[in-house]
Amino acid sequence: MIDFGFTLSKSSTVDLNKVDRSRYDQLVKLVPTARMCMNCGSCGATCTVSEYKGMSVRKVLTGIQRGEDVRPMLSSCMLCGKCTMVCPRGINTRNLVLTLCKIYD
Amino acid sequence: MIYEGKQKIWSDYQKEIPDDHWYYVRSCIRQNFFPASERMFTEITQKVLGKDVYETPYHTTCGGIAYHCDTIPQETVMTIVARQFALMTEAGYENYCPSCITSFGNYAETLETWREFPELEAKIRENLWKACKREFNKPKYLAHSSDLIYHWREEIRKRAKHLLINQETGEPLRIVEHIGCHYSKMFPHKGVGGAEYPYVLAGMVESWGGQVIDYPERRHCCGYGFRQYHAKANRGYSLSNTHKKFESMEPYKPDAIITNCPGCPYFLDRWQYVIAEQTGKTYGENGYGIPVFTYEEIAGLVLGYDPWDLGLQLHQVAVEPLLKKMGVEYDPKAKYLGLNKEDIMRPEMPNSIKCC
Repeated sequence: MIDFGFTLSKSSTVDLNKVDRSRYDQLVKLVPTARMCMNCGSCGATCTVSEYKGMSVRKVLTGIQRGEDVRPMLSSCMLCGKCTMVCPRGINTRNLVLTLCKIYD
Repeated sequence: MIYEGKQKIWSDYQKEIPDDHWYYVRSCIRQNFFPASERMFTEITQKVLGKDVYETPYHTTCGGIAYHCDTIPQETVMTIVARQFALMTEAGYENYCPSCITSFGNYAETLETWREFPELEAKIRENLWKACKREFNKPKYLAHSSDLIYHWREEIRKRAKHLLINQETGEPLRIVEHIGCHYSKMFPHKGVGGAEYPYVLAGMVESWGGQVIDYPERRHCCGYGFRQYHAKANRGYSLSNTHKKFESMEPYKPDAIITNCPGCPYFLDRWQYVIAEQTGKTYGENGYGIPVFTYEEIAGLVLGYDPWDLGLQLHQVAVEPLLKKMGVEYDPKAKYLGLNKEDIMRPEMPNSIKCC
């Protein structure tokens, strides 16, 4: 192999046909309102630990739809419920986080 | 995309292309990469079709490369463009035809900017006068040289000696058409067929008997992208762009790629070698790559020109598989003979990708 001084970069493409969406499917069965999220980001904006740990329900939902491991974000949640208060779609985000923790267990 | 939808878009985005009297300007880099392409354009238009296509040795760069590398401001580019228009005016022409896609985008952007901001046009006229005492008229029509070949595609078809048809199977050759980003992504109404599915090369392929392949990354950049390549730290990104396109088109088994931009054929051609060296993967049949052509080279093959007079020996990916499929006769021994029949020397052959 010749060293050209540069190489192929790993693609950031998310192929939804290949990722594991089973946890998201389980979640929407148990918390159907998870489908109502419109990714506005109000949850992340109001989250106390977001700035320090990157927690955001929006990111959690996007992550599990892409088959990513969202446990580090879930473990930083303090269940304060501020995101539930600001969610414009009325999603019980605290219940969503707890349910997802159970799915991971 | 649904074929009827394409027909609708193509009928919406048509542009007027005068049949004769064009002022032709060459690209800065095409003559180095694919040296016979521009000569073939003048050969086809002037000698085969008998059109009035004029060019001048006083033409310079349009400044597009520096502009898109963010090294010169737009006002400087506009003054350079104004000088080119002054040369056209002095030669007595009204129809402007650049050979380079980035130049075409640059001229289109300049004309649109002047239409929106007439005071800027006045300032550029003043700059030009101060710099070189020249004045100019804006071109009445602006068309890329591939627009002209598209416009005259049926006339070329009438004179065709070979078609884009597999001589062994009788099936149309499967062709990937790749349009330069600056052709119509910035100003869709300036290109034939709009921005999403430009018809300019697809029209040529269909007229000359081939079949256009539709694949997911059809409109993706070839990988050049100016700063993606010129800054060495970004070159992996350039290579990855090209890799993404080849991975996307591979399942459709294309016989060849046709392009209308100076950078695209270069990167689609040369990066196939680099990808093969780095990953061991080739995208053509039997260890070959997918041959990449400019539209003038394909037009030259269709008209029956000798492949080595078209400069096809300077391609990285071997073109012979396509020549065999089209039934083009060629002398393998003459591949590396120059115009005076003297040996021009042979390149070192890579191990990773099969070359003839």
